[in-house]
Amino acid sequence: MTAFARIRFAALLLALFCLTTAPVLAQKLGPDGAPNPTASVTNQKTLLERAPRIQGRIDIPDVKAGVLMQPAGRTWDYFHEVLLHWGAALVIVGMLAVLALAYLIMGRLRIEAGRSGQTIVRFEAFERFAHWLTAVSFVLLGLTGLNVTFGKVLLRPLVGPDAFSDISQIAKYIHNFTSFAFVAGLVLITVLFFRDNLFKRIDIDWVKQGGGFIKSKHAPAGRFNLGEKMVYWLSVAAGIAVSASGFVLLFPFYGTNIADMQIAQVAHAVIAILFIALILGHIYIGTLGMEGAFEAMGTGEVDINWAKEHHDRWLAEKLEAEGRQTSATPAE
Amino acid sequence: MARMKFLCDADRCIDCNACVTACKNENEVPWGINRRRVVTINDGKPGERSVSMACMHCTDAPCASVCPVKCIYPTEDGIVLHNKDQCIGCGYCFYACPFGAPQYPQVGNFGSRGKMDKCTYCAGGGGSEAPGSAEEYAKYGSNRFGEGKLPMCAEMCSTKSLLAGDGDIIAQLYEERVETRGYGSGAWGWTTAYHEDVKS
Repeated sequence: MTAFARIRFAALLLALFCLTTAPVLAQKLGPDGAPNPTASVTNQKTLLERAPRIQGRIDIPDVKAGVLMQPAGRTWDYFHEVLLHWGAALVIVGMLAVLALAYLIMGRLRIEAGRSGQTIVRFEAFERFAHWLTAVSFVLLGLTGLNVTFGKVLLRPLVGPDAFSDISQIAKYIHNFTSFAFVAGLVLITVLFFRDNLFKRIDIDWVKQGGGFIKSKHAPAGRFNLGEKMVYWLSVAAGIAVSASGFVLLFPFYGTNIADMQIAQVAHAVIAILFIALILGHIYIGTLGMEGAFEAMGTGEVDINWAKEHHDRWLAEKLEAEGRQTSATPAE
Repeated sequence: MARMKFLCDADRCIDCNACVTACKNENEVPWGINRRRVVTINDGKPGERSVSMACMHCTDAPCASVCPVKCIYPTEDGIVLHNKDQCIGCGYCFYACPFGAPQYPQVGNFGSRGKMDKCTYCAGGGGSEAPGSAEEYAKYGSNRFGEGKLPMCAEMCSTKSLLAGDGDIIAQLYEERVETRGYGSGAWGWTTAYHEDVKS
């Protein structure tokens, strides 16, 4: 007998032992001392100690109905109504507070050399389309998603139960269908900006120079600086995770059981909240936080001086490729 | 005030599914919706037991707690009802329910759920329809409770395994049975549903 076969044999013996002794342990004796098969039953307390769910055979073809009991439902209720409500409120309000503080302390980051009046193309039309497809669907998904968690606390008292129910019904369908547009946008963004977001040596210099937050120092960067690269990679990771868990929820019980569905919902909610916080920061820096940044995704063209201050290497390469000379005043 | 509960004495249940049939017939439940079901534990093994399960009308019902539109609520008799006009079919009550009670008709594509349907304790609906009206019947099923009657499933049970009624009374009935025959597998789901167990 080989060692492997011996192990197998031992495991088989152990399994047989467990199978034969378990019912004996549960066996009750009748008044005459003989085993009473009618009384020999495993009670629910023992069953729940053995496994988190009590499952059995059922006559109807609905597999999930075979779960007789899952006390974890109450745990999921606690997650959804207590942990998620407070956690998400803390993360989102906290992020807004951080951004408000950033605005109060640093103010709007200006183009120090002023506008040159000359522009350069930063994002092509198709790149902007990919961005705005993702952005618009993200906002729709975010608002309709937040409605599921916070709507009953914030919106329902304002509009009344019936109107809120109608809004939520529409919001549910918007959430379900916009998901496809979001995934399409996510795929485009991932592919289009992949190469320029690979980490390079220059990113270390960018950090050493204070990432552009220290006014006396110039932080060098290519097309994307490390901050933008972090937004890219975190968005790609969160986007994939939130889409995957979202599709599990969109196709309920397609090869999943009740525990999988609960885990998918928890993952979807937690990642989505963190994703919203990340994108709030992204929106701030792209609009209010920095002069000249929005144009990049708005018209697609940025001022040369803005490019010089934030993406000097990229500007140099771009100008060389276009064979252009610039008369704009240097940033430093 | 009475607190309505269900109790399935698994040592009496013979898996005949009469409760399921009674429920479907009494409430004219659509195809594919199962307000009540019978699950067999340890099927074909020693200690096999069948348990009839539906909405247990929980204390601090988790379904009502997670509902994003707050359309589920307990009545003064402890019966958990819901308003189908407000339900958006999100499916959260099924994730929260310890007993797999909420049911959804499939509408549209993917897993799109329609208005949730579940055991109403044969007490009609939680919407704005008049109790006992045809509109209420079409949407939620029978309102036996309004006529002073208990749910059809328990009333039809051939072995009197499934008990419905005031929690204290059915718990006492069950305790007396356990006392007399000398064993019992417990009141299935009671600790989870009502945060309390029968004494035996």
